[in-house]
Amino acid sequence: MEIVSDRKPGAGSFIYANLKFLLAGIVFGILLIKGEVISWFRIQEMFRLQSFHMYGVIGSAILTGMISLQIIKKFRVKSINKEIIALKPKKFQKGYIYGGLLFGFGWAITGACPGPLFAQIGSGATVVIITLLSAVAGTWVYGYFRERLPH
Amino acid sequence: MDIIRQHWPWWVSGPLIGLTVPALLILGNKAFGLSSSLRHICAACFPGDIEFFKYNWKKEAWNLFFAIGILIGAFFAWNFLSDHNIVINNKLMNELSTYGIFDNKQVVPKEIINWNGLFTLKGFIMIVIGGFLVGFGTRYGEGCTSGHAITGLSNLQWPSLVATCSFMAGGFFVANIIVPLILKL
Repeated sequence: MEIVSDRKPGAGSFIYANLKFLLAGIVFGILLIKGEVISWFRIQEMFRLQSFHMYGVIGSAILTGMISLQIIKKFRVKSINKEIIALKPKKFQKGYIYGGLLFGFGWAITGACPGPLFAQIGSGATVVIITLLSAVAGTWVYGYFRERLPH
Repeated sequence: MDIIRQHWPWWVSGPLIGLTVPALLILGNKAFGLSSSLRHICAACFPGDIEFFKYNWKKEAWNLFFAIGILIGAFFAWNFLSDHNIVINNKLMNELSTYGIFDNKQVVPKEIINWNGLFTLKGFIMIVIGGFLVGFGTRYGEGCTSGHAITGLSNLQWPSLVATCSFMAGGFFVANIIVPLILKL
């Protein structure tokens, strides 16, 4: 007997389709802890040129990413759902400079970029929930004033 | 097990972090980047009447699942896979001790960044103002360390190089000049 599912695509399939990204996030979260990049102290060391650690982590991550992308392009690797893999090119606008500077200010103060914010909360620094909410607020305020900002 | 719990040199953790770029592309043609998750939270929870937040965030929900995964993975790794022994440059720790920061065994300086600290001036700046700048700046600059520095530079995008240089410059300035002033408050 054939089993026919009469369930409409709903919450279940929504979660199921995204489960693999939850797992990828778990692995990435472990790597952020083991890479020590979630440490406020590591970030201060980096910006004060007092340790090579962060430069080593980020530099070798970029190099690995670069080699991987070359392999993906060369062999036209497809994603597991058979899509052709393509990264959108970044289109320059002046916000990259202004926004980049402001983000740098925040990164040095909080010791966290967006990924590590989630990791710091996971490690038990619960007050970082406020840092994250404030970052969400910052994003919202950007959205609100977007038309009036130079880009 | 000990070898996992101990400190990992950068040449182990860095390349593994870099492999996230091809992993997400192969898993679903997704570009590695985390600051977008903040935008999706706005779009999902309080889009207001703002064009910038009017889009189908559910199509981008993978990013939120990834972010929640980070939280879970970090919880697991911090409690079971780490000896919390992050060795920080002595010179930095000596200077920080003059500001009342002694413990580097947590991910943030717990003497300042804690729930009570939220109601002190320097705690408020470090938590609330800092967080706001991260959220505002990453969206204005269209990316953060993962989207620009790692993904963008991996893909040889010069605009990402400009963005990366900008946030490194901002960080150098604030970490060396402004953070000591905040800590002296």
